[in-house]
Amino acid sequence: MHRTGELSGQYRTLEQQRETASLGMWVFLATEVLFFGGLFMTYTLNRSTYPDVFSAASKTITLWLGAVNTVVLIASSLTMALSVWASQVGKKKLLTIFLISTLILGCVFLGIKGIEYHDKYVEHHIPGWNFNFEPGADVATNAHAQLFFSLYFGMTGLHALHMIIGAGLLIWLIKESLRGRFTPEYNTPVEIIGLYWHFVDIVWIFLFPLLYLIDRH
Amino acid sequence: MICTALTVTAAEVDLNQYFSGLNIIVALTIAVFKAACVVLFFMHAKYSPGRTQLVIIASVFWLAVMLFMTMSDYLTRRWI
Repeated sequence: MHRTGELSGQYRTLEQQRETASLGMWVFLATEVLFFGGLFMTYTLNRSTYPDVFSAASKTITLWLGAVNTVVLIASSLTMALSVWASQVGKKKLLTIFLISTLILGCVFLGIKGIEYHDKYVEHHIPGWNFNFEPGADVATNAHAQLFFSLYFGMTGLHALHMIIGAGLLIWLIKESLRGRFTPEYNTPVEIIGLYWHFVDIVWIFLFPLLYLIDRH
Repeated sequence: MICTALTVTAAEVDLNQYFSGLNIIVALTIAVFKAACVVLFFMHAKYSPGRTQLVIIASVFWLAVMLFMTMSDYLTRRWI
């Protein structure tokens, strides 16, 4: 079923509507940059204040799980970019396939993240009453390690929340693409959600080296 | 993906022996390169209208202002 009249009254052409939507999304992403930027700054400050504990705490997260997740997420960005391309050239079946692959890769990422969180739970590395960085750690080390893990859970948790929202948006896109709504003339939702998905990928591109890779050698 | 392999390998090597902080510089340079590739090609920033590019540049600029102003305070406090 093809819906006619995707053009809202205030626009002259679909092209103008698309460019306006894209610009609006970029403005939203600019606020997101500063939102995550504040967290990155907090992390950098605390890391420069307690370099030794942060380095020791960073070494306890599993490197290969993070590296695999980076590859998974970049692959999902690629399939998302391919979705946008498929919608622009009007390949409706390919669009659905690429959207579903993106959703699956996103879920794989969240699954691996869940395994990592479970590991932290088993190791008593979740900040709170049961936190114990390592046997015999003194009060100061425990406190500063909690700071690292609070930031770790705060930042990766917010990132995961963005992923979950993105997955919800993808499910809606898949539903609409199955109805055949997206055509070469009208594919703005695919493009806009694509921008959001790539942004979430970029956040992880910075989270990975900062949280996992400091002082690995 | 090639960059991910590169960045993990680079992190395993002790680059800090050459001068302190080189490891993190290498890791962040690779991250910036990856992010730039995503923005330019996956997000089509390269082919966007000028006003969209202005928003992108402005967001990076504000971030830089925030990081620079804050860090130039905290990192120089012990100089006194």
